[in-house]
Amino acid sequence: MPNFIVDFFKYDFLIRALLVGLTVSLSASLLGVSLVLKRYSMIGDGLSHVGFGSLAIATALGASPMIVTLPVVILAAFLLLRISESGKIRGDAAIAMISTGSMAAGVLFISVTSGVNTDIYNYMFGSILSMSESDVVLSLILSAIVLTLYSLFYHKIFAVTFDENFARATGVNAGAYNSLLAVLSAVTIVLGMRIMGALLISSLIIFPALTAMRLMKSFRSVTLTAAIISGLCFLIGLFSSYALALPTGATIVCVNILAFILFSAISFLKSNLTGKSVKQQP
Amino acid sequence: MKSSLIRCEDLSFGYDARRVVGDLNFSINQGDYLAIVGENGSGKTTLLKGLLNLIKPLSGQVIMGQGLEYKNIGYLPQQSQVQRGFPASVKEVVLSGCLNRTAFIPRYSKQDRRRAKNQMERMGILKLSQSSYRDLSGGQQQRVLLARALCAADRMMIMDEPASGLDPLVSHELYALIRELNKEDNMTIIIVSHDIHCVLRDASHVLHLKGEQLFYGSREDYIDSEYSHYLLAGHTECVVAEN
Ligand SMILES: Nc1ncnc2c1ncn2[C@@H]1O[C@H](COP(=O)(O)OP(=O)(O)O)[C@@H](O)[C@H]1O
Ligand SMILES: [Mg+2]
Repeated sequence: MPNFIVDFFKYDFLIRALLVGLTVSLSASLLGVSLVLKRYSMIGDGLSHVGFGSLAIATALGASPMIVTLPVVILAAFLLLRISESGKIRGDAAIAMISTGSMAAGVLFISVTSGVNTDIYNYMFGSILSMSESDVVLSLILSAIVLTLYSLFYHKIFAVTFDENFARATGVNAGAYNSLLAVLSAVTIVLGMRIMGALLISSLIIFPALTAMRLMKSFRSVTLTAAIISGLCFLIGLFSSYALALPTGATIVCVNILAFILFSAISFLKSNLTGKSVKQQP
Repeated sequence: MKSSLIRCEDLSFGYDARRVVGDLNFSINQGDYLAIVGENGSGKTTLLKGLLNLIKPLSGQVIMGQGLEYKNIGYLPQQSQVQRGFPASVKEVVLSGCLNRTAFIPRYSKQDRRRAKNQMERMGILKLSQSSYRDLSGGQQQRVLLARALCAADRMMIMDEPASGLDPLVSHELYALIRELNKEDNMTIIIVSHDIHCVLRDASHVLHLKGEQLFYGSREDYIDSEYSHYLLAGHTECVVAEN
């Protein structure tokens, strides 16, 4: 085993980041499949910006960042979901307004109270140093809840993702499952943004799903593949950022981009070699 | 008065308060075969969505009786409404029709899997069960959605232009299947169709829409009425112009 990996495990903060990051990556990738297919990717992005604003304000006020941010982002998730569901033409613009507004409020608040400092930088781009022991425990418990709920209701989440009208017409409470998806995404984003940063966390939701869809044909295989890709990319990204002294969040996103390119290339070759085109999700 | 399966009173539907179809007064009883006809844009799809509670009425109400619940109904949406390019296997899609029978925490039982298999066999898509829905032709996709609706239905099938995308032979078989469901299983059928045989031979009742209810009554009365000329005269045109 390379030395740097052995060294890695000497540091508690790295082990904490590993545990939290891995569970958050898994949750994000599972939820991501539904969010991308339901064209709700914007919600993920919006939530991370709301999360930034709320983290910044909580820190400036000296409150516990996680305890303040979780409920705020969950509320925002309901709001953004309603905006998306209402199907109004300017839904995406409304979401962009809310997300940039929260960013701006957060930056202003922090610069007035404590001055622009490393906190802002860390919230935007993530830091593996940021997790305290209690954060880790909370994160692991919440991730376990996300993963459990997702697996229990997997079939209904599939039905609501594939054809919401049919699901509703035959008596599935689609609204409840959309809300469940929104809440689970909110929790996952809050947990993940400490490591990944507010600007980068939504990539954990979007990339693995899109990558898996390049090659996989069934919902189950897309879901499982996305989870594996997400976990692997996180591990590779974390170790290489540590070995090469690169920013963790950005490294993980780049590894995800490489995976996406790799899968696209394989899909391209496959369709050209067999002559059969593999239709792809936009 | 004996309660009907579905009764509509002064019902109207629309989008954003713009009325699309209104003045609806009719009732459907167990075992009925109701054909809904009308030009494109006359509000047929909108009415079906309203019956299924996917959109709320602007006025009036849909009254369900005789213990009918949404989980007893199989629904075949108009094809354009289902996402294209979605990664799902045929089996996954068909099985999801059984969800309305599963418990709060959903698991598919052996019976559900057998039911899904039977319906795939019935629709001639059993060989495709591991294929990806997005790689199928329009006609094959339609059969997958039909199999899903058959899994969901135990008292009523609501179908929006089920034969669109099917070739004549298959659509002939489909109408035979629907007739059989209606006659043998006493399944109540509500169908939007431009197929002249379906409407004038199989249906027990006809509802003719044009933004409002032009005609509602038995097939015999419909054939005698002036409205049936639309179907006879525009026959070839309508079959081509289905959307
Ligand atoms: N989601 C929608 N939002 C607004 N208007 C709609 C919507 N769906 C249909 N319409 C309008 O309602 C009218 C009736 O449409 P529809 O019920 O689909 O007719 P049909 O199924 O008989 O062809 C049309 O004028 C159509 O433009
Ligand atoms: Mg229609």
